[in-house]
Amino acid sequence: MTATATTPAATAGRATKSDRSNAENRLGMRLVAPAVVVMLIVTAWPMIQALYLSLFKYRLTTPDEKEFVGIGNYTSILTDGLFWKDTVNTVIIMVVTVAIELVIGFVFAMVMHRVIFARGVIRTSILIPYGIITVVSAFAWQFTFSLSNGWVNSWFDWLPGIAADTNWFGDHWPAMFAIMVSEIWKTTPFMSLLLLAGLSQVSEDMIEAAKVDGATWWQRLWKVVLPNMRAAIMVAVLFRALDAFRIFDNIFVMTRGAQDTESSSFLTYRQVIEQFQLGLGSALSVLLFLTVLLLAFLIVRLFRVDLAQARGES
Amino acid sequence: MSTKARAGTVAGTSVGFVVIMIWCLLPVAWIISLSFKSTAETGAGSPQFLPKDGTLDNYKTLLGVGKLSDGSEPDPAVSHDFLHALINSFGVALIATLLSVVFATLAAYAIARLEFKGKRLVLSLALAIAMFPVVSLVGPLFDMWRTFHLFNTWPGLIIPYMTFTLPLAIWTLSAFFREIPWEMEQAAQVDGATSWQAFRKVIVPLAAPGVFTAAILTFFFAWNEFVLAISLTSTTDSRTVPAQMSFFVGADPFNPPYGQLATASVVVTVPIIVIVLLFQRKIVAGLTSGAVKG
Repeated sequence: MTATATTPAATAGRATKSDRSNAENRLGMRLVAPAVVVMLIVTAWPMIQALYLSLFKYRLTTPDEKEFVGIGNYTSILTDGLFWKDTVNTVIIMVVTVAIELVIGFVFAMVMHRVIFARGVIRTSILIPYGIITVVSAFAWQFTFSLSNGWVNSWFDWLPGIAADTNWFGDHWPAMFAIMVSEIWKTTPFMSLLLLAGLSQVSEDMIEAAKVDGATWWQRLWKVVLPNMRAAIMVAVLFRALDAFRIFDNIFVMTRGAQDTESSSFLTYRQVIEQFQLGLGSALSVLLFLTVLLLAFLIVRLFRVDLAQARGES
Repeated sequence: MSTKARAGTVAGTSVGFVVIMIWCLLPVAWIISLSFKSTAETGAGSPQFLPKDGTLDNYKTLLGVGKLSDGSEPDPAVSHDFLHALINSFGVALIATLLSVVFATLAAYAIARLEFKGKRLVLSLALAIAMFPVVSLVGPLFDMWRTFHLFNTWPGLIIPYMTFTLPLAIWTLSAFFREIPWEMEQAAQVDGATSWQAFRKVIVPLAAPGVFTAAILTFFFAWNEFVLAISLTSTTDSRTVPAQMSFFVGADPFNPPYGQLATASVVVTVPIIVIVLLFQRKIVAGLTSGAVKG
């Protein structure tokens, strides 16, 4: 069903552009105008400001030395190893967390789809990590992995590589692992709920038909279920990937960027707020914005995500 | 399906059920347990899950009530800062939610019900802005807010919060409004209701659940926000809970106040749990309808 079917003006008009459809057009624009204007003011305007500032050498501690440097900030960022190291970190976190969340989220969605008892209990529970503040999740996991006060070392010391004195925040990979665990814990519920909605759209008749034709469980999963919920999977991946790329809260709380765990967002924050490098920081903001844009474009293109179709607006 | 295979599915589902419950609730149980551990216990190292001797001292310190177990008064500065942060969080998140839901309701009504130029453009714009990296705003806003005297104020946070609350509200509401049988309004008018009666008795009850759900989701996002909260505030005048918690190091920087941080975590998580318990169905519907037609 399209939105137009319910509007009398749209069905009556079309051929002759009546006054009525003109009026509807005007009213529609008037109603969306406040929201559009607010969105543009709060994002486009600061972004233009960032673009402008990024062309200057501008440090808040020495504002009088503000000086036009053209693309100087961009070249110094792009030739700096730290920028690339942080970008690689961010990409690693994004790819690993989204991949793991996709698998766990799908398993959770299957369980929630099949479960016949306590449906309310399970859905309520799964919303708790979703609703919890990211900072709280980061603290909870920091304490979990804490050397003197965490339970990971005492519960899992039988695993190779984990001992009572394993310092999770003392080295790059263990610290990255802890950060990713907190991210995965908090955001898998969102993934699984999106996948559950996709799963419930797959027709049971089709699965039943495949079963009658002798398809195994594994074949039904890969040939019937997954292809039919492709749109839902892609939307979940798109949303989560772009969200994961902006990771900041967990890193700030758990390591403050120590052990080379800094992300792109953290680098931008640090330049502006801690170093007062407004010019350089603005250039980083612009680059981060362009990266997210590129990433969104790539995911939409690569996986042919059709948001309209996923929303049932085809 | 054979009985054996069915038994297998049931067993698998039950195991899955238990795993999901542990996944969701173990970290919550952990911060609750930690919140009852005394500073002395965490200071000496306390890797076991449950506290040795449970104490309410952390709650008393944070909320500034009663006397600690050693008979001393709790430090008033800690509770003052925490309670202020709570008020800031509630105020900023509520106002940002209210404003964005009002703007979004107008826009979503138009998107769902009217035919006009640029309809898809508005939805695409909302989606694009929802994916915008908020940290990119930190630099320019830090500069602009000092000129406009908005640095370290409520409006200084509420305005940039609109970058993510407004698109989210538009996205969720327009999905909800598409499902409303709008022709019922005309049906009521045919039956003799005035336009106002038709709107109040038919449309408002149909639209209210969607608006309410969008408000809950928007509130969650604003309540959770961290980057802007630490960058655009400097004192407890406007610092929200996440920001306040991240800067709270306690008396001894080498011995973080695990118990108090866990207690603060529990206190700010309680409202979330209450909302989730009350409105579980609505939240799930809102979350998924925005992205996938459920």
